[in-house]
Amino acid sequence: MKALHNLLDSIRPHFEEGGKLSKFWVVYDSLETFAFTPGHATKNGVHIRDGVDLKRTMFMVIVALIPALLFGTWNQGHQYLLSIGEITPNDPMMTALWDKLFIGAVKVLPLVVVSYGVGLGIEFLFAGMRGHSINEGYLVSGMLIPLIMPVDCPLWMVALAVAFAVIIAKEVFGGTGMNILNVALTARAFLFFAYPKQLSGEIWIHNVKASADAGLLADGYTGATALGHLASTVGKGLDEPAVTGVMSMFGADGMFSLSNSFLGLIPGSIGETSALAILIGAALLIWTGIGSWKIMSSFLAGGLVMGFLFNLLGLNAYMTLPAIHQVVMGGFMFGMVFMATDPVSAAQTERGKWIYGFFGGFLSIMIRVFNPAYPEGVMMAILFMNVMAPLIDHYVIEANVGKREKRALAAQGATA
Amino acid sequence: MTRTIRIKKGADIRLKGRPSTQVEQASSAPLYAVQPPNYQGIVPKLEVKEGAAVKAGSPLFHSKENPELKFLSPVSGTVKQVLRGEKRRILAVVVEADGKNDQHVFATIDPAAMDREALVAAVAERGFFAFLEQRPFATVANPTDVPRSIHVSGFDSAPLAADMEVVLEGRAEAFQTGISALRVIAGGSNVQLGTKAGQSFYTGIEGVDAYTFEGPHPTGNAGVQIHHTRPINKGEVVWTMHAEDVANLGETLLTGTYCAMRVVAVAGSECDAPRHLKTTLGCAISSLVGTVNDEEVRIISGNPLTGDRTANDGYLGGMHHQVCLLPEGNKPKFLLADGWLGLGFDKFSLSKSYPTWLMPKSKEFTMDTCNNGEERAFVVTGQYEPVFPFDIYPVQLLKSIIANDIDAMEKLGIYEVAPEDFALCEYACTSKIAVQSIVRDGLDMLKKELG
Repeated sequence: MKALHNLLDSIRPHFEEGGKLSKFWVVYDSLETFAFTPGHATKNGVHIRDGVDLKRTMFMVIVALIPALLFGTWNQGHQYLLSIGEITPNDPMMTALWDKLFIGAVKVLPLVVVSYGVGLGIEFLFAGMRGHSINEGYLVSGMLIPLIMPVDCPLWMVALAVAFAVIIAKEVFGGTGMNILNVALTARAFLFFAYPKQLSGEIWIHNVKASADAGLLADGYTGATALGHLASTVGKGLDEPAVTGVMSMFGADGMFSLSNSFLGLIPGSIGETSALAILIGAALLIWTGIGSWKIMSSFLAGGLVMGFLFNLLGLNAYMTLPAIHQVVMGGFMFGMVFMATDPVSAAQTERGKWIYGFFGGFLSIMIRVFNPAYPEGVMMAILFMNVMAPLIDHYVIEANVGKREKRALAAQGATA
Repeated sequence: MTRTIRIKKGADIRLKGRPSTQVEQASSAPLYAVQPPNYQGIVPKLEVKEGAAVKAGSPLFHSKENPELKFLSPVSGTVKQVLRGEKRRILAVVVEADGKNDQHVFATIDPAAMDREALVAAVAERGFFAFLEQRPFATVANPTDVPRSIHVSGFDSAPLAADMEVVLEGRAEAFQTGISALRVIAGGSNVQLGTKAGQSFYTGIEGVDAYTFEGPHPTGNAGVQIHHTRPINKGEVVWTMHAEDVANLGETLLTGTYCAMRVVAVAGSECDAPRHLKTTLGCAISSLVGTVNDEEVRIISGNPLTGDRTANDGYLGGMHHQVCLLPEGNKPKFLLADGWLGLGFDKFSLSKSYPTWLMPKSKEFTMDTCNNGEERAFVVTGQYEPVFPFDIYPVQLLKSIIANDIDAMEKLGIYEVAPEDFALCEYACTSKIAVQSIVRDGLDMLKKELG
């Protein structure tokens, strides 16, 4: 490793002030500090520092995302093969494993590349302009964004969404650590409102072999996601055939059965379908203490409570869906584990985290059921709670301030 | 009647090289220094010139604000040098010891028989106000204030700290006299003593409200103990004194000669024989640790969390009771080996992304002084709270300081804290923020504002 360090040292002068490439100092600096934790020793204050830094923290989140990413890649291929009838839902999951992974990777990788390319490009630009070093925040956002995109989202749209999110949601506030809204969700919300057709709950199950099959098959196949189907039942009577037809898909043998939804064998955005894969990531985040278990558990509780309340009301078919089924569907789990827990945009006080999480989950299910125009309630709920988080924190802190003032008054009373 | 208070928050950083309970006499130092920057909030006014002969107990300088507040020479000899820094700020008054130990003679005092005003004047004259710290602001106490109470922490919980039982051994009479004096100064009673379970030295001490504390560092910090017994409200002033200085005060009053004794823990992984050394305030560091290669080894006067970096030609700080030698962390670390992505079995971390928490509690770690990352904005939340045993929101308080919002600082409880109380927050910080210096800035800002 000495050799690598010597190499970095030898090209360093080119990037330093006055060097030919001094404009690219940020790039050099971020690569060097990526490879080597700099030998900066502590100066004032503490002489020893914990080994953890933001790079390691962010990397742990990426690791936690790997199960969802791998499963999502596989599932895109799986859904495709199902749609063209090459496999049946009863085949073992390992059938045509490599085909599925390949088909999935062809669709997923470009999204990842575009997300990182555009996002990091903008980050470098801003860091260069401001003369500070690259912050690691986008390493996670850049992975989250492709995972919450419908797989056939055009790449230019992803690029636009990333640019919008990084600039408007983050950089104008001062960069990582300063943003109010979750960056990845802002990207999705941008697409949702700017290009509603592409994110309407219908999903394009891609057919990469369409041309090869010489028009025998359609270029692709459009199907509704679970939430899209359910949204279509709202406003109709419980016994209408269209409604019972949809609800049968959520029965034990249906396409969106509880076990299929939990395992993730259903169409949907890349990373969101498998509650199991997401929960593996959640375990790592909770284990390392990087994701707040308070937010995750209260978020889940909020969703279940709302689900149960709907079960009790039972006014339409959507409401009769068991609460447990509600929370394993759509983006609920993904939002709970990876979006709501974003420390920058979530509530920052420990008590506030409970409140923030609970209402996040509660609203997710509520929006989903009440407003079929927004099949994905989780995104709306979390963004809304992002905005509310400072308010929650404010009241939690005010309570603490009040307690201190009361104590001071009591002490004055005692001496007077 | 002692009350036991259990504190859960905090952390003990298990560093290698803890001092043994053995006490040795340190070799006599040729040079001693009293360093004004060690005494927060003091603007020094010299009373001696270079070359002047001084006795042990003669004043070297006093506070410009309170001229009665004296700072005394710990030994007899000649003033060798007045070290100055930027803007001619006085950094140290260096005294070359003559080895004769001529003492300036004060009247002996029975503190219980004196009224408060006379005793305050006597203590200031004998140089012991230097060792009284006040909250709010964490500065040297102002003799014109009447404190609500005086708090003495009976133990030090910092990493590699001196064992107070060892430090105070055989000094019960002096300690008791010191406590009696503090009682008078605090207005008749109102002296609190915080001890920990298993300490026998304090059992016979009278005239204190005694509390027993259990828990990890920073439980030994006076600020934490005050918060969990009688928290400081706006408008109240509480003074604190280190237990060893209480004994020194008592001895000075009893004998009439200035007692500037220090039993110092000399510790750390780079220390050959970690132990306690008996020496005198302000001694040259080299008399404690010899000459070390300070490219490779950092010499810290004080503990690794709050101490001052010093060098071979440095001196023991006025408020310090330990000296630590730790490896200097000035070399780059490759990401997969010992850098940010390494497994880190040899690293002590409060984060569970490192395997520290899987290791036996008895394992001790060698830590170097590497920053282990670069400074970033606040990102991770909930990392300060578990090591900050106050009912105060640390991050919000820090942000109010950064925003110069004095009103918010007051509301969030800045009166109760000193920078040292935030030391573990700074240690644990993922974003490598200089937490203690922010708190110091906030306290200074507040003091300036309130006058």
